[in-house]
Amino acid sequence: MTTVFTILFDGVAYGMLLFVLACGLAVTLGLMNFVNLAHGAFAMTGGYICAVLVNNQGWPFFAALPLAFVTSAAIGAALERTLYQHLYARSHLDQVLFTIGLTFMSVAAVDYIMGSSRIFIKLPSALEGQFDLFGVGIGRYRLMIVVICGLLTLALQLILSRTRFGSRLRAAVDDPRAAIGLGINVPQVFAFTFAFGCGLAGLGGALSAEILGLDPYFPLKFMIYFLIVVTVGGSSSITGPFLASLLLGIGDVAAKYYVPKMGPFVIYTIMIVILIWRPNGLFGRTAAR
Amino acid sequence: MSAANDVSTSAKASSRWRVSEVLFWIVVLACPFLFPSRYLIMTDILRLALFTLSLDLILGYAGIVSLGHAAFFGVGAYSAGLLALHGIINEPVLALIVAGLAAMVLGFFTSFLVIRGVDLTRLMVTLGIALLMEALGERFSNITGGTDGLQGIEMQPILGMFAFDMFGKTGFWYCLIVLFLLFLLARRIVHSPFGLSLRAIRNNPLRASAIGIPVNRRLIAIYTLAAFYAGIAGALFTQTTQLASLDVFSFERSADLMLVLVIGGTGYLYGGLIGAVVFKMLQELFQAITPQYWLFWIGLVLVIMVMVGRARIHRWVLWLPNLVIRQIAGRKATVVVPEADAS
Amino acid sequence: MPTTKLSRRAATAAALSLAALIAAPAHAQETFKIGLILPMTGGQASTGKQIDNAVKLYMQQKGDTVAGKKIEIILKDDGAVPDNTKRIAQELIVNDKVNVIAGFGVTPAALAAAPLATQGKVPEIVMAAGTSIITERSPYIVRTSFTLAQSSTIIADWAAKNGIKKVATLTSDFAPGNDALNFFKQNFTAGGGEVVEEVKVPLQNPDFAPFLQRMKDSKPDAMFVFVPAGQGGTFMKQFAERGLDKTGIKVIGPGDVMDDDLLNGMGDAALGAVTAHMYSAAHPSAMNKEFVAAYKKAFGSRPGFMAVGGYDGIHLIYEALKKTGGKTDGDALVEAMKGMKWESPRGPISIDPETRDIVQNIYIRKVEKVDGELYNVEFATFEAVKDSGKTKK
Repeated sequence: MTTVFTILFDGVAYGMLLFVLACGLAVTLGLMNFVNLAHGAFAMTGGYICAVLVNNQGWPFFAALPLAFVTSAAIGAALERTLYQHLYARSHLDQVLFTIGLTFMSVAAVDYIMGSSRIFIKLPSALEGQFDLFGVGIGRYRLMIVVICGLLTLALQLILSRTRFGSRLRAAVDDPRAAIGLGINVPQVFAFTFAFGCGLAGLGGALSAEILGLDPYFPLKFMIYFLIVVTVGGSSSITGPFLASLLLGIGDVAAKYYVPKMGPFVIYTIMIVILIWRPNGLFGRTAAR
Repeated sequence: MSAANDVSTSAKASSRWRVSEVLFWIVVLACPFLFPSRYLIMTDILRLALFTLSLDLILGYAGIVSLGHAAFFGVGAYSAGLLALHGIINEPVLALIVAGLAAMVLGFFTSFLVIRGVDLTRLMVTLGIALLMEALGERFSNITGGTDGLQGIEMQPILGMFAFDMFGKTGFWYCLIVLFLLFLLARRIVHSPFGLSLRAIRNNPLRASAIGIPVNRRLIAIYTLAAFYAGIAGALFTQTTQLASLDVFSFERSADLMLVLVIGGTGYLYGGLIGAVVFKMLQELFQAITPQYWLFWIGLVLVIMVMVGRARIHRWVLWLPNLVIRQIAGRKATVVVPEADAS
Repeated sequence: MPTTKLSRRAATAAALSLAALIAAPAHAQETFKIGLILPMTGGQASTGKQIDNAVKLYMQQKGDTVAGKKIEIILKDDGAVPDNTKRIAQELIVNDKVNVIAGFGVTPAALAAAPLATQGKVPEIVMAAGTSIITERSPYIVRTSFTLAQSSTIIADWAAKNGIKKVATLTSDFAPGNDALNFFKQNFTAGGGEVVEEVKVPLQNPDFAPFLQRMKDSKPDAMFVFVPAGQGGTFMKQFAERGLDKTGIKVIGPGDVMDDDLLNGMGDAALGAVTAHMYSAAHPSAMNKEFVAAYKKAFGSRPGFMAVGGYDGIHLIYEALKKTGGKTDGDALVEAMKGMKWESPRGPISIDPETRDIVQNIYIRKVEKVDGELYNVEFATFEAVKDSGKTKK
């Protein structure tokens, strides 16, 4: 019986991780209507920065995490200002071509700089191992992920619904022209949002090295997972992607445990069924374009 | 009544062969004589061209985006492989058609899932179907050979006369003939009233249904046809390489396909052909220069292409051919232009 | 008659040009071309890089001229996709007229090229892929890596004799993984052991956690693990995270999971894992110490078993060419390779004249800390192990 809870816990941790990795994409795709397939590249950047800081420079893990966030966000902001912003108005096909190109470049560049082997981040010993809570095995590292990601989700929800910035963003998305008319600096809002999403991806990348493995092909390998989270979740709020991540995480882990041979099968079937049932995702708006 | 006549006259007018098209195929025919040592890569390009043509049918003419076209490619590839491996149908041409039909059946049944929803949903549903096929292939590895693929496929001579050779000469001509025949068919279809109705649907589904076009039925029909094309491409792949492994279903194959078509331009049938040539040549070039980091340069080309603008690049590329053709065929003749650029 | 004069002149010209034609190939044969087909991109890229590095290192050390021929390497990337491999191999043989094709990161790639090796009478040197059947697919295939049967049967025998009764297996679901599993099971159950849980994981696998939980719940004495080179690190990390190291469950397996170039990144969780393999960077021979030092100096990382496969592969080609005295036809080269014996960084090895597969010592090793770094320290040796995947038949 306790195994069920361990599986559930692992699934939640995995799902939370996916959410932090993918929620930036949910924002760019859902709110700004920009297909950013290079999203995984920002995650990878964060992961590698954290790895270099911890392994080579001797930084403590918890100090490196915020820096992974900041650096990825800065790179995201720079790219947004120089390249991305010219493409908001272009067709989706152009955006796909462009962002896949960026992804290819990042893959090869990281391969060139860091080598193609998988790398690991040295963790503080407090995060290693598992402890028992009423007989349920809880991984320390996974618990940390659940805590960090849970807090982030709460914070995001508050920012979006309660702050001035949140309302500006929602206004900018709903009707950019009216928002400009009201004196909201829409490009700035978009740039900031984009950078923030990249930062989150970078943080997610740093956190995921331990569980998903970090190598130069990370952005290509996980692109599909990110897309699943966003489409299944729908794009009207961050609640949708959040629930979709949890569903995907728990489904994936449970399927692998109980029916190891049918693992991937279960996930894709769930995805297709949900999309047939609700073409705009679980929490989509009907006219998401 | 007269409207129907109008449609068919205008369809006929636009379906007339242009000088540039004839020239294009002459150049294609000249290739094997110009590069007699490169049959293999040229065969590869032909297969990719046919595969892209299939995507162009649904994306360029009906506006259905797909990230999972490899599902049909894979079904065609495995059908052809299994037919040959177990000696069910030994004659390649017959096996080719059967494999195409197998993919077509899958296309027909999945089309009902695909025609629902907006672009993003379609992308993900098609992708999901392809991934599902891959998972199935992995699950039933006793049939498909799993990650190791089907091993030991031996192809019989085509029509009992032309054996596949090591230099890939037979394979090349075989692929070229199949591509040309299917291209003719596709050309006939897109210039028919049926093809025109598809374009109406692509431009505005609501308006199309208002003027009495059965939108869903048309979409199902073209999707099924495209699946047939992709299945044929997959079967050609198996027959000419005598291999079929799980990566025929892979996401990379579908994604590359999308890149190829977008590079070549959608909605004028030649996009797939030209895109395939450009993409493969770039890949070949960069791989020769740097076997490790060629991905970077491909990426850079894609980025630059978008920044400069595809339409502009197409104009630059076509400038010289256009000039030549105007000299030969008079002022009004131009090379075919991608639909998206023409307006 | 003027015509005769003319025709005579034409005849001389023809003779001259004929001579030139004959001379031209003779000149071309001064170089000996090796087509090196490796996965340099994609998930298997680290395998490709190690082999490429090792080949470069060998040529730096030994020069690039053998028996009067200049050795030329043509490196091609196949991304571990078999149809690429096949096309590249075909082009190398037909267009570049290579004398040898070598490399092959994964089994399907090696198999895809096999018919071409036979048709073109070109030796195919397999430097990485480890499924038993490969060398049976063409009389021109010679292997310098290892087979999974070699290491799996040895570790099974060792486990059965050393008090391990119940084993759970976790293997990647592709040909080498299935080979490893079957040979292990066969020898382990014959030795009186029991396999209590069997899990095959997909080759592309992000998260091992659920599979590991399954392992944990079946409470075995040890876990037999095979995952391809590169995934071992993620596996060990999660093994420790799940607390499996504290439960007394040992990790055993063929050495792939404890690949030397990743071992240090795995952390102390890997300590105590017992594996059977043909190479460890800690192999205590003078030759290996020199090899490891040179490799580290040149590329800044530790060589793994893939690098050794490549190093020995190029060595085999050099030696075969020496033995034929510069004769480059495929049959002569393969004939020269059969039965060849030499000292490699991994220890004494030879090529079985019957199967063209490698015969080598298999070492039982345990992960220990040496000078603050993790190494596979060898503590038992099984000498001159043949591929049992074939000797059975």
